[in-house]
Amino acid sequence: MTAAAEILLPLNPGIWLIVGALIAVLLPQTLSRWFAVILPVFLIAFLFSLNFDNYGAISFLNYNLETFRLDSLSRIFGLIFLIASALGNLYALGDDVNKLQCSAALAYAGGTIAAVFAGDMITLFIFFEIATIASVFLIWARRTERAFTAGMRYLIFQIGAGVILLAGLLVHVSATGSIDFDKIGLDASGGILILTAFGIKSAFPLVHNWLQDAYPEATISGTVILSGFTTKLAIYALARSYAGTEILIWIGAVMAVFPIFYAIIENDLRRVLTYSLNVQLGFMVVGIGIGTEIALNGAVSHAVVHILYKALLLMSMGAVLLRTGTCNASELGGLVKTMPWTAAFCIVGAISASAFPLFSGFISKSMIITAAGEQGYWIIWLILLFASAGVLYHSGIRIPYFAFFSEDKGHDAKEAPRPMLLAMCIAAFLCVIIGVFPALLYTMLPFPVDYDPYTVYHVINQLQLLMFAALAFTVLKLINIYPSDIQGTNLDTDWFYRKGLMALIIFSNRHINTGCRVVCDSAVGIISKIINSLKLLGNNDGILSRTPALGSSIAWISSLLLLVLLLRFA
Amino acid sequence: MENKVQEDYKVKDELHWFDNKRNIRRIIYTIYAICAVLFLAEFFYHKHAFFSFDTWFSFYAIYGFIMSVGLVIGAKVIRIFLMRREHYYDSSS
Repeated sequence: MTAAAEILLPLNPGIWLIVGALIAVLLPQTLSRWFAVILPVFLIAFLFSLNFDNYGAISFLNYNLETFRLDSLSRIFGLIFLIASALGNLYALGDDVNKLQCSAALAYAGGTIAAVFAGDMITLFIFFEIATIASVFLIWARRTERAFTAGMRYLIFQIGAGVILLAGLLVHVSATGSIDFDKIGLDASGGILILTAFGIKSAFPLVHNWLQDAYPEATISGTVILSGFTTKLAIYALARSYAGTEILIWIGAVMAVFPIFYAIIENDLRRVLTYSLNVQLGFMVVGIGIGTEIALNGAVSHAVVHILYKALLLMSMGAVLLRTGTCNASELGGLVKTMPWTAAFCIVGAISASAFPLFSGFISKSMIITAAGEQGYWIIWLILLFASAGVLYHSGIRIPYFAFFSEDKGHDAKEAPRPMLLAMCIAAFLCVIIGVFPALLYTMLPFPVDYDPYTVYHVINQLQLLMFAALAFTVLKLINIYPSDIQGTNLDTDWFYRKGLMALIIFSNRHINTGCRVVCDSAVGIISKIINSLKLLGNNDGILSRTPALGSSIAWISSLLLLVLLLRFA
Repeated sequence: MENKVQEDYKVKDELHWFDNKRNIRRIIYTIYAICAVLFLAEFFYHKHAFFSFDTWFSFYAIYGFIMSVGLVIGAKVIRIFLMRREHYYDSSS
């Protein structure tokens, strides 16, 4: 009994959420939705009541699993995931979600949080996969053909990454004998496989497109919830196991640049935000790659504030989609008149994302850029500055401008439902409060923070960068160079499997068919020739169908007998 | 500004604050003014540099402007190659 109590009581909060997901299915609809909001809030209090320790150790197949490791790195991620879960589920109250979606959202958050608190790789793997399976239901809940196929592609990527993770884990465990989930590094056995798995899940360049493909196809609240978890869990896992791996700096830099261009030409504003999400993941990956204390603090704090402002921006775009039925920049505009509160919250999110002083992005992103500068990575430093100016473009200006301020397209929209406004209000409040009082976040980071974002030079330099980028936008807009919003699909790496692979399949199918036909035809030809010649032997004039005379037969047999006797006794 | 927005919303057909061309011009002039102030601010503070080039006069402002213009032009060029019709993928399936 005591052993059971020891295992169960300080249970991983993620497991409580998964249990909650099962309960949510049994509750009546309305109760289930509120339950999904309250449970994460309750678990935040639970999390703060515990000290840093390893809880929930159990023995499994001769391995000691640490199902609940609470330290400074896992606590900050667990906390922000719980906040994101509560806010997402609050927002979902305005989206009329059914309880199955509520349950999926809880299980998804639960799997992610349980994986964050996992002290060993087996527990990590199991909960990572639970989160993956639960998340796809947030996409399929849209119940459209597009959502279904996008969900399938998403699942192929995610499960694929899971299989690679499992393979890496097996190689690693069999070589080292340890299942502990700590520093791995590229040189460890299985290290490359595990990095690849985390890389797919954190949308590394070329394996990023599941993100932009699937997230905007999810339900209105589903996209908000999805944006917070999977990729940031992968960032957590990278920070835990690959801090200071230099190649990540360069991968992150590429990640921080190329999606910006897509974010500028993409028409679907929720998809714009997923490209922008990819850029911010790039910042975090650079921070992890640099691996100094300030860089890791920067990566972790940026993950935290990014979850908040990205959710806020996606919430505002979700409200627009709910009220107008579209999220295409070319079909939107002038909504500030009818959705002023949504517009105001969206602007707070946009300013936070752009990292203006007094808003949350400012106090986190700059730590990563400073770390790059301190370590002398001048190319990386320039790339990150460029990406910062780029973020102002697509998240800071483009999103609010095209939805709320550009030419009125005459949508008869209402303001967003109250629960959505409340969720946006809380997210906006958190963005501002973290921006104004960065110490609130800094004290919870994995390393002690010796960094002050509010120095005169930093504030002025950041404002110079951003305002002159804004000036460039204004000038380009005034002289009509800024690309107008037109409907269309932009090709990304998904082309290779959606069109390229399809073409390859059709091509090979056709050629295999032709090949088969040639082989079959010639085989049939040969066989029929054999049959024909056999027929010739056996038909009326054939040698086999002649009727020879009895006497000549006896002569043949006697001579054969003679031959045999001769051979035997010679 | 939010109160203003709400007042305007009461009468739906009334011209909105943002519909007024003069207000848009005001916003644009404000951006110009802020940029001018920030550009001149270079004289009045002590720089903290990581490298040598970031000590150049108004480095951040000039870099921000040039890279932004480059970004937009780059995006326009990329669009020529990457953009397809809206239902490009739908028709194939």
